[in-house]
Amino acid sequence: MTALLDIEGLTKAYPGVVANDDVSFSIQPGEVHALLGENGAGKSTLVKMIYGLVKPDRGAMRLGGAPYAPAEPRAARGAGVAMVFQHFSLFEALNVAENIALGMENPPKPRDLAARIREVSETYGLPLDPFRLVGDLSAGERQRVEIIRCLLQDPKLLIMDEPTSVLTPQEVEILFHTLRKLSAEGTAILYISHKLEEIRVLCDAATILRLGKKVGECTPRDVSAAHMAELMVGKTLSVPARDDHEPDEVLLEVRGLSVAPASPFGTPLRDVRFEVRAGEVLGIGGVAGNGQDELLAVLSGETPVVADAVTLEGKPVGALGPNERRALGLLCAPEERLGHAAAPDMSLTENALLTGRLRQGLDRRGFVDWGKTRGFAERVIDRFDVRTPGPGVAARALSGGNLQKFVIGREILQDPTVLVVNQPTWGVDASAAAAIRQALLDLAQNGAAVIVISQDLDELVEISDRFCALNEGRLSEPRPARGLGMEEIGLMLGGAHGMHEAAQ
Amino acid sequence: MIALEKRAQPSRAWVVGGPVLAVVLTMLAGGLMFAALGTDPVEAIRIIFWDPLFSERFAAYSRPQLLVKAGPLILIAIGLSMGFKAGIWNIGAEGQYILGAICGAAFGLAFYPSESPLIFPGMVLAGIAGGVLWAMIPALLKVYARTNEILVSLLLVYVAEAMLASAATGWLRNPEGSGFPGSRNLARHAGTANLELIAGTGMHWGVLAAFIAVIAAYVVMTRHVLGYQIRLAGQAPRAARFGGVNPARLVILCLGVSGALAGAAGLFEVSGPAARISIDFNVGYGFTAIIVAFLGRLNPIGILLAGLLMALTFIGGELAQLMLGVPAPAIQAFQGMLLFFLLALDLMANYRIRLKREGMA
Repeated sequence: MTALLDIEGLTKAYPGVVANDDVSFSIQPGEVHALLGENGAGKSTLVKMIYGLVKPDRGAMRLGGAPYAPAEPRAARGAGVAMVFQHFSLFEALNVAENIALGMENPPKPRDLAARIREVSETYGLPLDPFRLVGDLSAGERQRVEIIRCLLQDPKLLIMDEPTSVLTPQEVEILFHTLRKLSAEGTAILYISHKLEEIRVLCDAATILRLGKKVGECTPRDVSAAHMAELMVGKTLSVPARDDHEPDEVLLEVRGLSVAPASPFGTPLRDVRFEVRAGEVLGIGGVAGNGQDELLAVLSGETPVVADAVTLEGKPVGALGPNERRALGLLCAPEERLGHAAAPDMSLTENALLTGRLRQGLDRRGFVDWGKTRGFAERVIDRFDVRTPGPGVAARALSGGNLQKFVIGREILQDPTVLVVNQPTWGVDASAAAAIRQALLDLAQNGAAVIVISQDLDELVEISDRFCALNEGRLSEPRPARGLGMEEIGLMLGGAHGMHEAAQ
Repeated sequence: MIALEKRAQPSRAWVVGGPVLAVVLTMLAGGLMFAALGTDPVEAIRIIFWDPLFSERFAAYSRPQLLVKAGPLILIAIGLSMGFKAGIWNIGAEGQYILGAICGAAFGLAFYPSESPLIFPGMVLAGIAGGVLWAMIPALLKVYARTNEILVSLLLVYVAEAMLASAATGWLRNPEGSGFPGSRNLARHAGTANLELIAGTGMHWGVLAAFIAVIAAYVVMTRHVLGYQIRLAGQAPRAARFGGVNPARLVILCLGVSGALAGAAGLFEVSGPAARISIDFNVGYGFTAIIVAFLGRLNPIGILLAGLLMALTFIGGELAQLMLGVPAPAIQAFQGMLLFFLLALDLMANYRIRLKREGMA
């Protein structure tokens, strides 16, 4: 059998970094092929070359035996290669059919298109109403729009970039069902992920990249997840450790918190209530867009609420602004690093001042002590192993993972009473992620209360004492994390409604 | 293929060297234009850039004019630059300048003919108050009614002009002026005059205020938390809110400061160089200051230099018209070239040009 796609010696260099170095592998028709690697291993660059977004410096590709060198994505689509991106490109104010029509060369009449969308969605078990507004859809449903958009082109190869990062476990099941069906019909799937268990369940073959080079290939079903992780990282990983302890007095309490959304497609918070105790890590799971950003804004003080809704060590703080809360010991690290947690064009020193001014005493009567501020930035860089030439470098010049270490470290080093982090290890490589989790656990160990909002369920199970889930702005009752199964977590995430049809 | 690539860090060499190169390029391109018009290009360039400062014939008159013209431009531009850095766009400095002049002059004339030494300081305060008042209209409307400050501040310029006309022809008209529009001469009355501080230099209180504003703005923007918050709000509004910056307070503060400085500039002008409230009192300093602010890259030192350069091209341009009969549009085109080259080369501070070779394996 000839391979569907043959890749030989693909090389792509950017200024200062070789993204792909002499990568070769092949995909058979109907094969589900995993592309594994840490962030920055070169997975994205590789698929962008296959999809015609980036031109390789060297190397060649053959598709179905014929030379293949797409100049642009349109050429790739014409040749039968489709791609579902990690970040969706959909217009919230348009409906599903309109969004799909926008991506087509010659869109059929709306009614015909709607009929085809229904047909494809039924064939592949992806329930979707063509006339619903995309703004009203969940992340999982939005992904279905993107998948159906691809399937309408009858692709021979479907590329999926980290498709499960935004899905609940039940939605993942539906997706896998669809992918298996496609593969049985002869469509090959190139599946990018760093979730090893998923890959073991779904994929027929795997190619592993590290620092731009292919470091191995394996049949995922036949090897252990730990083996793949070692290939991926290049060393064995330590699991964060902690001692058992009894939680202490309540440090932060939220009750009766309801907030209307700031924008038409925002999520309202509905009667959210929880408490966190000293020495405890509270994990808040949930699929993106279910109120995580809104909850963080309420806790950080960016969205002031009634004073009584949030109390810190018994003091009502709901109406206070961000700096007043910092002074009292309530610190936050938002998800969006560039533009929210840090100003992209400012240096790390200036970004250290952003949240560190009050607690580190970085100003005297309003005049900034830049020397002291630089010292604080250097301590963060040093303690959290931020890879940068120095604190004078602009935040945007750092890689996502390094900036994340800086942002989290900046808050942890300020010795918070309560720390709230949103997606603390998003885009951070495995060893750095382990270091961040350990630092969060150490913080709790020393008597702080830590709230971790995350979409990475493995992470939450690993570090939380108690776990709860946000669903459409409602927070479930927190439950002890130990002994909680994925099935139960999935039901908590889905809010136990709307999941029955999906589970079929 | 030529492509632009963003630099990780702004290039220091281009930040400093760009403007110098821009002036040289303007001289070359402008020289070509003057040559095409049949004027000796070398002489034209010399008259514009050199003679206003160093010629024996003209310098005695034009050298003081440099500070007289640059003073208000710098003073207004410094105020505007703080707002612009924060992403708050006060386009109506011209109106705040007029209101400052009207309020300051009205205060001084209310005590006429007293020559008390307290009157001039009072006029300065009244001028500042007038400018702040006028700037608070767009500020409060933006904060409480979410209107766009660009439109409101700009349209208020025309209201201010109408008020200026009514003051000049009506309630501030010189009662001894045999019915001609325009107020009493403030510069020739001891109590209200904005005197030249050092004879023959053009250095009056307003120029001194401009220099003080440059230094104060430099200190605030680089050393003070307020300057940090202004830069933060302009670059990353979400990060600013996370950092505890109150957007409403910042809008009121930035518009207030720019209104205050524009109002002060108006007062210094009406009590000094312009000497009286007249219908055509405002000559566009408030608008030109926007260009000066950007030309100086919103940096206080840059604004100081940009204000002086702008004033020089105005004075030199007038001189060239007078001496060589160069048409006025040619002078405007020349000033346009200067702006064009400055802004075009400004790109190089943040981007580099790369020549990419086509082709792949």
